[in-house]
Amino acid sequence: MARFEYLEARTLRQAISLLQRHGDEARIVAGSTDFLVRWRQGVWQPKYVVNIGRIASLRRISYSRRLGLRLGALVSVRDLETHPQIQSNYSALSAAAASFAGVQVRNLATVGGNVCNASPAGDTLPALLAFDAQCKIAGPEGDRWVALSEFFTGPGRTVLQTGEILTELRLPPPLPNTGSLYIKHSPRGAMDIATLGVASVISLEGSGRVCRNLRIGLGAVAPTPIRASSAESLLWGREVTPELITSAAQAAKADAKPIGDVRGSAEHRQDMVAVLTQRTLDRALDMARGNPMAFEMQRQFAIQAAF
Amino acid sequence: MKKPLKLTVNGEPREFFVEPYFSLLDALRDELHLTGTKKGCDEGDCGACTVLLDGKPVTSCLVLAHSAHDSQVTTIEGLAGQDGLLHPVQQAFVTHGGLQCGFCTPGLVMSAVGLLQENSDPSVDEVKYAIGGNLCRCTGYSKVIESIMAAAQEIRDGNG
Repeated sequence: MARFEYLEARTLRQAISLLQRHGDEARIVAGSTDFLVRWRQGVWQPKYVVNIGRIASLRRISYSRRLGLRLGALVSVRDLETHPQIQSNYSALSAAAASFAGVQVRNLATVGGNVCNASPAGDTLPALLAFDAQCKIAGPEGDRWVALSEFFTGPGRTVLQTGEILTELRLPPPLPNTGSLYIKHSPRGAMDIATLGVASVISLEGSGRVCRNLRIGLGAVAPTPIRASSAESLLWGREVTPELITSAAQAAKADAKPIGDVRGSAEHRQDMVAVLTQRTLDRALDMARGNPMAFEMQRQFAIQAAF
Repeated sequence: MKKPLKLTVNGEPREFFVEPYFSLLDALRDELHLTGTKKGCDEGDCGACTVLLDGKPVTSCLVLAHSAHDSQVTTIEGLAGQDGLLHPVQQAFVTHGGLQCGFCTPGLVMSAVGLLQENSDPSVDEVKYAIGGNLCRCTGYSKVIESIMAAAQEIRDGNG
């Protein structure tokens, strides 16, 4: 294992300047849950590790009905799981967080880290996509904003340039009559990587019949987490019927471009996209129609394991 | 090159030298010789290295030692009272046979202590979620869960 120097930034400005100074020889860590594993495997061999985990301003969570949810990049996955306002307004995100590794890792891992690690199977990513998260990026030239749907460029790759840091995620406020659900399919019921994951967020018009807004996030079925765009567009502005939901589930299957690996063949993944899209839509729709699902129940839904 | 690190470990302030790339687990075991915390997988999957960091259970193999400076760390060695009396969770594992080879036990005990600090009246499901990140390869989990439920009862009864 290549040894590295440990550097700690106390402010964002300091972090950016350390990253500029050391360029490609530096790597950012916060929770370090991905970093230490990849470093021990010899995959990442930075000369300098820049810990941003102590920058207090990046740890904030705020929610308001007008502005929605603001998550500092250092908010822990455990906080996503347990925060009452995230549980009640962005329940698929809390449920996704509950499906993430174990409590001990969730206490360390940060939402910003899960995003920047850019794994196609990142557990929070389908839900963040389905809630239309926007990324605030700080860099030497100031701040810029990128939609999460534009943030990923490939497995482990993002739009971040040298010296740039993801500092905040903003999720718009939920519309009235909204329901959301996340389901992760994995070989084991705990401590496993997703074979695939699907998050659906649906909002209905006041009548409770017409789809006003729908976003579906898919994980581990393409080189990056993706939106199931053709499935979404089938339902937008239309009266939601069981037949239309089945068509949307089939369309989501076509949106997926999975590979086969140890957790499942490409064909299995593709078939399961339709199954989980249907399941998440059915339940989210029910919730949007005024039948809330207790968080305990959503957490049970969140992992559907093979064994 | 080793650099100084300040931690409060089991209530005692410690200052010692640690390599920049050491995990908290390696610092505890190799520098402080607190070997009750076990190294299983060294990649965050098995939970044998669980300690409380500022009161929360974490896999210490995934914590950079220096990132924990000025923090409070509680290890399995810090649970028993000054009088040598075991923590209710430890005692319950003994009473209810919640272990076999014992390698995963310190981690399971620390996860249970973390849970019971937040919620002293957990359901069986809540116990299962809390120990989802702790693998036992000998005995299974029934007696572990039984032990944690019994410890919760002890604590609620005021014997903790």
